[in-house]
Amino acid sequence: MTPAYAATPGGLLLVLAVMLPAAAALVMLVLGPRHTRVVALIALALGVVVALATGLQLVRSQAALIYVLGNWQPPLGVALRADGLSVMMLAVTAVVMAATGLFARELFGLDLATADGRLATSFWILLMGLWSGLNLVFVSQDLFNLYVALELLTFAAVPLVCLDGRGETMAAALRYLMFALLGSMLYLLGAGLLYGAYGTLDIRLIASASHHGPAMAIALALMIPGLLAKAALFPLHLWLPPAHAGAPAAASAVLSALVIKAPVFLILRLVADIAPPGSAAVAGQVLAVLGAASILFCSVMALRQERLKLMIAYSTVAQIGYLFIVFPLAGVGDGTTPWGTIAWTGGALQLTSHALAKAAMFMAAGIVAEAVGHDRIRDLGGFGRVLPLTATTFGLAGLSLMGIPPSGGFIAKCLLLTAAAIGGHLWLALTILAGGLLAGGYVFRVMDRALATPAQRLALQRPIPLRLEIIPLVLAVLAVALGFLPLAPFGLLQIGRPDIALAVLP
Amino acid sequence: MSLVFDIALVAGLIALALHVVVTRDGRGAILGFIAFGLLLGIGWARLASVDVALTEAAIGGGLTGMLLLRAHAHLGREIAPEAMARGEPRRWLAPAIASGLVALALGAVVLAFPRPAPSLAPQAVAALETTGLGNPVTAVLLAYRAIDTLLEKIVLILALVGVWSLSRDAAWGGASQLRPAVIPEPLVFLARVLPPFGVLIAVYQVWVGADLPGGTFQAGTILAAMALLVMLAGLRPAPPTQARALRAMLAGGPALFVLVGFLGVAVAQGFLSYPEAIAKPLIVGIEAALTLSIAGTLALLVAGPPDKAPAS
Repeated sequence: MTPAYAATPGGLLLVLAVMLPAAAALVMLVLGPRHTRVVALIALALGVVVALATGLQLVRSQAALIYVLGNWQPPLGVALRADGLSVMMLAVTAVVMAATGLFARELFGLDLATADGRLATSFWILLMGLWSGLNLVFVSQDLFNLYVALELLTFAAVPLVCLDGRGETMAAALRYLMFALLGSMLYLLGAGLLYGAYGTLDIRLIASASHHGPAMAIALALMIPGLLAKAALFPLHLWLPPAHAGAPAAASAVLSALVIKAPVFLILRLVADIAPPGSAAVAGQVLAVLGAASILFCSVMALRQERLKLMIAYSTVAQIGYLFIVFPLAGVGDGTTPWGTIAWTGGALQLTSHALAKAAMFMAAGIVAEAVGHDRIRDLGGFGRVLPLTATTFGLAGLSLMGIPPSGGFIAKCLLLTAAAIGGHLWLALTILAGGLLAGGYVFRVMDRALATPAQRLALQRPIPLRLEIIPLVLAVLAVALGFLPLAPFGLLQIGRPDIALAVLP
Repeated sequence: MSLVFDIALVAGLIALALHVVVTRDGRGAILGFIAFGLLLGIGWARLASVDVALTEAAIGGGLTGMLLLRAHAHLGREIAPEAMARGEPRRWLAPAIASGLVALALGAVVLAFPRPAPSLAPQAVAALETTGLGNPVTAVLLAYRAIDTLLEKIVLILALVGVWSLSRDAAWGGASQLRPAVIPEPLVFLARVLPPFGVLIAVYQVWVGADLPGGTFQAGTILAAMALLVMLAGLRPAPPTQARALRAMLAGGPALFVLVGFLGVAVAQGFLSYPEAIAKPLIVGIEAALTLSIAGTLALLVAGPPDKAPAS
């Protein structure tokens, strides 16, 4: 029997991407609070190197990276595989993680008394757990192994929400936990059904089955809503705003920029890689409707928020909506190859630029809250005069969210809009335009306060070191710079697609 | 005869599940839930899944029940029962309909499964000899799908770090106060008599787990229960969570697992692959270390966030 997977050179990098942060968490537990930060920074540096090496290997070989764990071939064992899209996710994750790590180091360093305390130490360990889970989501080929990855994410993300210990953040974390566990349970049920019907949990082996019975449809109908609860798509978004707004700034940045992208990525794999064309088309339509509702409803909600962090959190739900309208635009399920379309590229670009811009925005909001002592938008008049770099960060990140040129968000939304126009999806085109206008509304509301001249100069409660302000600024500049990137590198996204068993065999 | 027994078992399970959902008495619901877990364990045993049965009884019935009872005791009378249980139709109707639909869909799919059901069991047994093990379940957990087992242990550790992070800043790194104000005399007696037997059973479980049903999770749960019993009876205080030895024990199992995994890269066929000659000793060694880690993690998870400031 020919093996389903053949390991490729550099496959071990995928193992390292998952195990390095996990091992770092163990080392932190043993060495204790005094060494936690150092271990974290070393792990972050190594993790960035691994992500870089993975990208280089992919470009060099122009084929997906594969590793067979323990040399046990699926269906008995578990395989890891990274195609162009996975490697892009690994890279974005590494960039945001590294920036978050540096930001957290500076932020916790402001107060020496608590730098080795409960909040900081727990944060570093949980951050490593998150990173391990995220990387596993992007490279695993096995549905149960992906469940473990989701559990890693849940149990690292939920405590991050209530790290500062206030009662309201506890309530937000508890609500998040309920949604996340409900999602995990539905996902696991679906995975169990698929095993019962196909006798394997491997994504490629399931997809290559010749006949799909009712089990596939029911399993997808369980797994996708479960993942939507974790991704916080409207109307399952209720948990997200208080959770992401209540977390410490560094945690909000990873939660909003990366963690909710993991279930989105899994939905994409279920719909584009596993589902038979008929089911995929139906699922794509439903997801697009929910995505559009998310864009419109949550943009309006963002406009109405009094608190800066809540506004940014609602903006996250709205921006996630764009990722779901990609399904019909890219023609998922109509028999063509979605990964060659401009909508697919637009979706990938939206994912990347949102990750960078949203992380930058949450860090900027964290700096404002740290400096001013609150985040009530109305009372922030003139914060641009005392924190000019942070206001610039906010403005640049805002450009990308609105989709104003030049920025990564502009190219993304432009591609999606073009795809909608070509494909005759008028309602989606209108939604994209309306979403951009609404985003303009909420970003300008904050910029208006930043540039205002209040009668009394805004008083800073504590000085903010330059290094702290630089980190989110770099992320925001990167989000804008994506707009200058020639689109050719996005040909990378097609490497390793489609995932067909025989294509990689010698 | 076995059909009668099975029907009675299923009826009992459904009746207990309904009781747990509809009862207005919190404590009663928890006791019902514990009984449900034990009965479900018997159900798994009837399906010849002894490993699952042991785990279900230990975790579903035992440890979860204990956790719920402690949470219930903490709540005290702060929440009036009628506020919790007053059944407004709009509060339970939607979940009831959703659960009903899911149950129907599951039933339909399970009945439509291909017959004979596709299964990896023959492959799992066929590959056993390269691992030196006799129990295919252990082979799945520690060889074929070792990555899942390893990362689940990291999940447990993250959960524990999360629970610890809920403590007050002053108490972080300290110990949990488990000792109740009044300790019933029978509890002290049990805490003196049971642990030796518990440890013996746990060691046996780990040892036979390689060839017969049983293994690290079940053994770890039994050890955790013994540790909790001793702490609840006030015979020994809970250890401070900043203690280096404790943390080394918690991380030891998964850390050894990771090291052996990378050893496989150097001397076997890749990450988490064992050299065939020493596969069994390596696996049993990992299991022993994991058992201690699991026992510590589960016991501390139930003990809850530290609430006593550390000594130094």
